[in-house]
Amino acid sequence: MNKLPLIIKREYLAKVRNKSFIVMTFLSPILIVGIALLISYLTQLNNSEKKVIAVLNDSSYFSDDFVTSSETTFVMFKNMTLDEAKVATKNLDHYGLLYIPNDTTLQLISENAYFYSKESPGALTLRGVENIFENQVRKQKLLNFGISPSNFEEINSTYQIKLSTFDGEENVLGIGEIKAIIGGAFGYLIMMYIVIYGGFVMRSVIEEKPSRIVEIIISSVKPFELMMGKIIGTSLAGITQFAIWIGASAILFLIFMLIFDLDTSVFIDGGLGEVMEQGTDLSLDQKNVLQLYTKEIFDIPWFLLISFFLVYFILGYFIYSSIYAAIGASVDNETDTQQFIFPIILPLMLAMYVGFFSVLSNPHGPIAVGFSLFPLTSPIVMMMRLPGGIGDGGVAYWQLFLSIIILLLTFMSIVWLAAKIYRVGILMYGKKPTYKDLFKWLKY
Amino acid sequence: MNNILVTDQVTKRYGKNIALNKVSLEIPENTIYGLLGPNGAGKTTLIRIINQITYPDSGTVLFNGAPLSQKHIHQIGYMPEERGLYKNMKVGEQALYLAQLKGLSRKDAHTKLKFWFEKLGIGDWWGKKIQELSKGMAQKIQFIVTVLHEPKLLIFDEPFSGFDPINANIIKDEILQLKKNGTSIIFSTHRMESVAELCDHIALIHESEKILDGRLSDIKRTFKNNIFELAVEVQEPKQFLAELKSNFTVLTTRYDEREQQLFFAVQLISKDSKTLLHYVSTRANICSFVERIPSTNEIFIRTIQNKQRSK
Repeated sequence: MNKLPLIIKREYLAKVRNKSFIVMTFLSPILIVGIALLISYLTQLNNSEKKVIAVLNDSSYFSDDFVTSSETTFVMFKNMTLDEAKVATKNLDHYGLLYIPNDTTLQLISENAYFYSKESPGALTLRGVENIFENQVRKQKLLNFGISPSNFEEINSTYQIKLSTFDGEENVLGIGEIKAIIGGAFGYLIMMYIVIYGGFVMRSVIEEKPSRIVEIIISSVKPFELMMGKIIGTSLAGITQFAIWIGASAILFLIFMLIFDLDTSVFIDGGLGEVMEQGTDLSLDQKNVLQLYTKEIFDIPWFLLISFFLVYFILGYFIYSSIYAAIGASVDNETDTQQFIFPIILPLMLAMYVGFFSVLSNPHGPIAVGFSLFPLTSPIVMMMRLPGGIGDGGVAYWQLFLSIIILLLTFMSIVWLAAKIYRVGILMYGKKPTYKDLFKWLKY
Repeated sequence: MNNILVTDQVTKRYGKNIALNKVSLEIPENTIYGLLGPNGAGKTTLIRIINQITYPDSGTVLFNGAPLSQKHIHQIGYMPEERGLYKNMKVGEQALYLAQLKGLSRKDAHTKLKFWFEKLGIGDWWGKKIQELSKGMAQKIQFIVTVLHEPKLLIFDEPFSGFDPINANIIKDEILQLKKNGTSIIFSTHRMESVAELCDHIALIHESEKILDGRLSDIKRTFKNNIFELAVEVQEPKQFLAELKSNFTVLTTRYDEREQQLFFAVQLISKDSKTLLHYVSTRANICSFVERIPSTNEIFIRTIQNKQRSK
């Protein structure tokens, strides 16, 4: 008789009825949404506070350049010495004092200008001031070459090339990034899931040791069945939790949005928002661009992507969680797990870093290919490459299949090895094993 | 008589260590079989092999005449030395789960559990969690889940360790009742005296090897060495002893002045106790006259000594 369903059911119920699990499940969305809202609120608050910068301009330039912007207000000091200006700035509690001395050339003036402030100024503020100098110096130099400011404005424009595929479809800039973000999100999801629920599997194995129930259970079922039951039961609980998190977060988010009438653009600033701004710079019809994006996003092979996500997710998760189970079986308490956890986290971290630094810039380069074949990193790295499509211009077919075959073989051998360690480990009490011990257990 | 379990030349190695070396046992049906030996002798390994938690490197195990296989799991009940229950689970739910793992249907398990809970007077514990129970209470549950599926063979590893005397007695009675109903039982322990009185058969395991097995009464008979212990009433113990020593080999003596009783042990050359009894009875009042039956412990130590001498 197959007892796996019984074990899965027990592990699932034990997990979802656990008080801390319930608390985490319902508290996390509130926390996540709360923190997100807090950040958005603080960002708005921070932006609304204007910085006041005093300017003491002794030179004959820059008379019109200090224009008050949304972030910065410039106050012009006149007929003052530098020391007086400093005192005044301090007394008025302004953000800082920009001192522009008088000299023969603009070059010398800019070289001797100083910005005084209580603490070192924010990078953005400083950049704004520096831009003013850069512009002025450039204008002056061009003027020396005989180019008038109006001519300068004319040539001072940006240019962006229009993109198209060979099929004649118009392409938009930034879609590569969007795809990478989607891939990254899938990869990140796999990593987070492994770290959180792999840890749960490990703890659930460790818990059976002090309670001394394990020998009773494995006199009824095979240790392998128990291990698999634990992994599957825990992951089902994990999926339940994830689903609740996503659902609850979305609902809470909408509710808060409606109540507080907050600006959503804060959250997508780094991603889509920026891309869209670039899009408008193309001076194409904005609607048209949006349509193109929508089309591109629809063109991402979602069905394939999600199918392969499931393949990589399941195989990757089983590989890691059986290692977690084997670790849990070999130790008596959680503090002893540290030495074994690090080697597990390492490939996961590596996969994320390689993913973000190498795959995003060159999704089909040798490093990306290598890591998407290596079984401990392939679930994450391959997911980052896949949104680019399969076949022409995307992941080569042979790479995809080779990667899945390697992953499958690794899956089988790791689960087999882990089950061996698990089988011996769960009956060992009171010993902190070394790697040597684990290796010996494989031969029992 | 049928054998419920036979092991033939069972050997198990853990790396370089040998845990069991060619152990052959025959465990007759419907008996209480004591698997005795010091810690680390290999008893638990043997039991784990019987429970198919681990497998022998060589040798065979027969259950009821057939090679041991997964289908026999449901006919074996096992209470390991390292035992416990899920702390966060409710008693009833937990018992149901373990019973279902032993192949009972949920309904059957429920009926049987109700019966046992009533029998041991713990009917109202159903909804409690193990962590709310005392250790003794938890052990009753432990016992119930071991026997619930009515196995043909019950295995208890260190059965009474951790049980308080009252609970130990309740469990002992239940086990004897099970034996009466036809169950075969294996006790494994290093505290030999704790179960020796219950066992029909014993096997002594020492350093991975079986050094002795058989019916307990047969073994005791072969280990008897004609020592008799007496208590007599005498006024002049010194004179009595001097005379006694000239006729017999006297081993130990102790005189209780208040009761004027002399306790002593005599080693005879043959089983002939009549001469001794006659000799003593003509000289003193006999309070007791018994043959010294070797304890399991003694048998064990002597067997090991013999073995070492013969090496």
